[in-house]
Amino acid sequence: MNPKVTRRRFIKGVVASGAAATTTGMWYAANGQDRPGGAVERLIRINVNGQMRSVDVAPQETLASTLRYKLGLTGTKLGCNRGECGACTVLVDDVATYACSVLTHSMKNARIETVEGLESPNGDLHPVQQAFVEELSPQCGYCTPGQVMAAVALLRENPNPTREEARHAMSGNICRCGSYDSYLDGVMRAVQLG
Amino acid sequence: MAYMHIGKDFVPPDVPGKVTGRIKYAEDYTREGMVYSRLLTSPIPHARVLDIDASEALAMDGVFGILTADDVYPDGEPQSTGLKILTNEPTLVGEPILALAAIDEKTAETAISRINVTFERLPFVLDPLDSLAEGGANAYPGDQNTFVFRQGFATEKWTEDQVASFRAGNEPTAEPQQTWSLGDLEAGFAASEFVYETTFTTAGYPHHSMEPRSAMAYWEDGKLYLHGTSQSLTALADGMAPIIGVPKEDIVFINAATGGGFGQRARANSIPSMAIPAKLSQKINRPVMMRITREEEFTIGGARQGFQGWIKVGFKPDGVMSACDLYIISDNGGKGGGGDASSAADCIDVLYQPDALRFRGTSIGSNTAHRGAQRGPGQNQIAPIIAPILDKAADALGISRLEIRKINAPRNGDVAGPRQTPFTSAYVPESLDMATQQFDWEGRQARRRQRNGSKVIGLGLGQGYHNAGRSGMDGIVTMGTDGRLKIHNGVGNLGTYSYASTSRAAAEVLKMPWENCDILNVRTDNHLPITSPQDGSNSIFTNTRTMFGAATDMLNKMKEIAATDLGGDPADYDVSNERVHQIADESIGYTYAEVAQRAMELGGKFTGEADLPEELAEWTQISVSRLAGSAFMGVYHDPRHEGNPPGFTVTCCEIELDLETGKYEILDMVTIAESGTIVHPQGMENQLVGGAVWGIGLSGYERHLYDPQNGLPASTGYWQSKVPTYLDTPVKIGTGWVDLPDPENPVGARGIGEPSMGAVSAALTAAITDALDGHHFATAPITADMIINHLAGTEENAAPLAQNNFRG
Ligand code: FES
Ligand code: FES
Repeated sequence: MNPKVTRRRFIKGVVASGAAATTTGMWYAANGQDRPGGAVERLIRINVNGQMRSVDVAPQETLASTLRYKLGLTGTKLGCNRGECGACTVLVDDVATYACSVLTHSMKNARIETVEGLESPNGDLHPVQQAFVEELSPQCGYCTPGQVMAAVALLRENPNPTREEARHAMSGNICRCGSYDSYLDGVMRAVQLG
Repeated sequence: MAYMHIGKDFVPPDVPGKVTGRIKYAEDYTREGMVYSRLLTSPIPHARVLDIDASEALAMDGVFGILTADDVYPDGEPQSTGLKILTNEPTLVGEPILALAAIDEKTAETAISRINVTFERLPFVLDPLDSLAEGGANAYPGDQNTFVFRQGFATEKWTEDQVASFRAGNEPTAEPQQTWSLGDLEAGFAASEFVYETTFTTAGYPHHSMEPRSAMAYWEDGKLYLHGTSQSLTALADGMAPIIGVPKEDIVFINAATGGGFGQRARANSIPSMAIPAKLSQKINRPVMMRITREEEFTIGGARQGFQGWIKVGFKPDGVMSACDLYIISDNGGKGGGGDASSAADCIDVLYQPDALRFRGTSIGSNTAHRGAQRGPGQNQIAPIIAPILDKAADALGISRLEIRKINAPRNGDVAGPRQTPFTSAYVPESLDMATQQFDWEGRQARRRQRNGSKVIGLGLGQGYHNAGRSGMDGIVTMGTDGRLKIHNGVGNLGTYSYASTSRAAAEVLKMPWENCDILNVRTDNHLPITSPQDGSNSIFTNTRTMFGAATDMLNKMKEIAATDLGGDPADYDVSNERVHQIADESIGYTYAEVAQRAMELGGKFTGEADLPEELAEWTQISVSRLAGSAFMGVYHDPRHEGNPPGFTVTCCEIELDLETGKYEILDMVTIAESGTIVHPQGMENQLVGGAVWGIGLSGYERHLYDPQNGLPASTGYWQSKVPTYLDTPVKIGTGWVDLPDPENPVGARGIGEPSMGAVSAALTAAITDALDGHHFATAPITADMIINHLAGTEENAAPLAQNNFRG
């Protein structure tokens, strides 16, 4: 323990603010990384990329947290951890879903797909991934897995969207690099690649 | 010129990893025994830490230790601008005070909640003009509100009347901190037929890079392994080593990909937070992961400087800009620093070549986000302010809006800036022609201000500039006996793909098939040369020079070995098909594998053990010394170039503005680059469309919001900060480039990342102004609320020239 830290010299005559020590963002509260208030983790089974996975999950644990920190599926990114950016987008029963904003416990009967599950068994890229490579859709790449999953969800529902329809379908996914045009080029090429 | 690689598309090697999620960002790594750090950050905008009582926290199970400013600065905090690693003198909400490491993040946060910090609250200020006024609060420690270059922190005050007069729209009368001028300003205005004068503001706003700047560190055998983010691996590591206090040879920086740079990950002193896990790990002897939340990223990620300015511009009857007078108060935020305002004046001088120009500027702090480099610092803030003024002059003088820009455009041979630096090359009239033709600017003029119900059409033309090239860095290439070319590249992987496109200059020199090249980057123990920090749009210019130079050194060595062994003079040799051979008789020569084998046998200068360039940076020397003797090597130190390599852009856009809602749709947009030879067309297109989205954000959406009562930031997230989405941007952005080579670069290239934003912001603001019959808000952003208030004749609910506040 650093002696300088435990009791720094208190300067007399100055009014102490009494401000509680705070952090500006609570990590575990959003992620449920550990057990709060005595609640225990429960072993549950979830279907991820076609495999049943057993995992210990805290009651308020988000799907993004489980995927990244329990199952090692770090392709799913956390950009905001508060439902604003779409970096964490996965498919839940084919629907694009913010993994940071759903609880893993609610996923017991669901089919979850992450970016890691898109390649074919022989390693071929999914047409959306292939199209994104050909069009050089990503820039920094941090939003890319989310963009890929949003595009896959769109094309499953509407295999032949217009660029305008694609723009609306993808609009829950922010790209700070501003690569929207290149992602839309990618989606339209993916339509052709089938 | 016919190139093998330059100007051709290719798949940068990291792209498959990005679409599959396999590429790793700092937070994706784990390490056996890793523990987690959380930060205790300042809950108040300006304070002094009087006491930290961590005894209860440190007694908790699973808590391993804490790190405070006293630990990292035993001799006291440096009196310099910029964020500190940790501080006892917070000058903005969210500034890190201490870090605590624990078995998991919940334990860490619970422990932090049990730490008692006693703060002395200090007066805070959110608007620089409030601080500038006599009696106003000061943002910095020691009751100071500004930082003067080479002098340090100081206090700058105007009389209340001077501040009130400026807010009322008048030219500031106080002495500026900084000034420079060119030509005879008085004569310039005297010769003017049209003179326009206004005060203006541009808002500060956060970077909000998509990847929060998480970092993980551990120590092994006396070496620090740091997983973090950067815009350049070697520039960052070179600067981070002294911040952490580790010798340069003992730091290994690992950074396969960076989730967005935009200026604030270029230099180590702009992300000192990466030192936290390094120092905490050293203290507790465990690997430490520090995950950063979006809210923390808002604070430590940095922000753009806001401007409170006054501008007066004069034009002669023929449309020539005869004089420009500019006075800017720049908002330096909570930590001082930043030189955006002078760059804004420089940008006007570059783009419009006025006969006379005067810049005056004063930088004042506010207890808001720390400011620093952000995509086109200064050049881009002024772009949306100046563009509508050119249009007003054009209309008043009866000149077309295109023509007035061509009349004033910089050309080859022109000079600009306080030192009147010549351009290395400049083809702006050509870019204006290309953009307007591709957009059918003339043909669309008939639609200008056309009404359709509540909607009205606006047309805008804009220009962007940033200087786009540096020199003086180093290059290393190596070749093993397999004959593959290894390109050691310290350029960061932040999404521009310039780590790969600059590498292609080396492949070009040796006529090496791309599939037989390996780029060594990702971690500094791949023996990387020093590179520029990859900010200021300079990478493509700066690092193609070094790559080209290193490969040329290898080429010359190949020829020397072949001539010595096989006869003749080195000049009798050339390379093709991965062979060095006589020009006269191609059968006489060595394969690359053979010549690499000979180099290994010869050693000395051929393997980096002798005759190295004397000026190599310390970082490069370390890398070369570790490689020496292990491979055939080309090494190069780049001398300085002459002149200013510019990056230029031109944008045309058409919008449809709804007079009932104040919202607009961008119907069409074309943006053109003038940045020398294009090295990587898809990469160029990405920079153009990405910059366009940033320009749209600058003109229409992004801004800081702070609660005036408590100084709390209200734009810590994407939505409040209003980063543009798919729906705020055009369905398709047209792009193109002039593609004429620059003589100061061996492949003719210059950069584009920053100007790509300015032209779009200029064009969009001009289009909004056009749709509103020329109403000049003289502000960025122009939000829907402002438009509605203007149309309704309602006063805005904010002090004139307000910063970091709600407007509209
Ligand atoms: S991380 Fe889930 S929406 Fe941003
Ligand atoms: S590619 Fe960088 S955030 Fe989208």
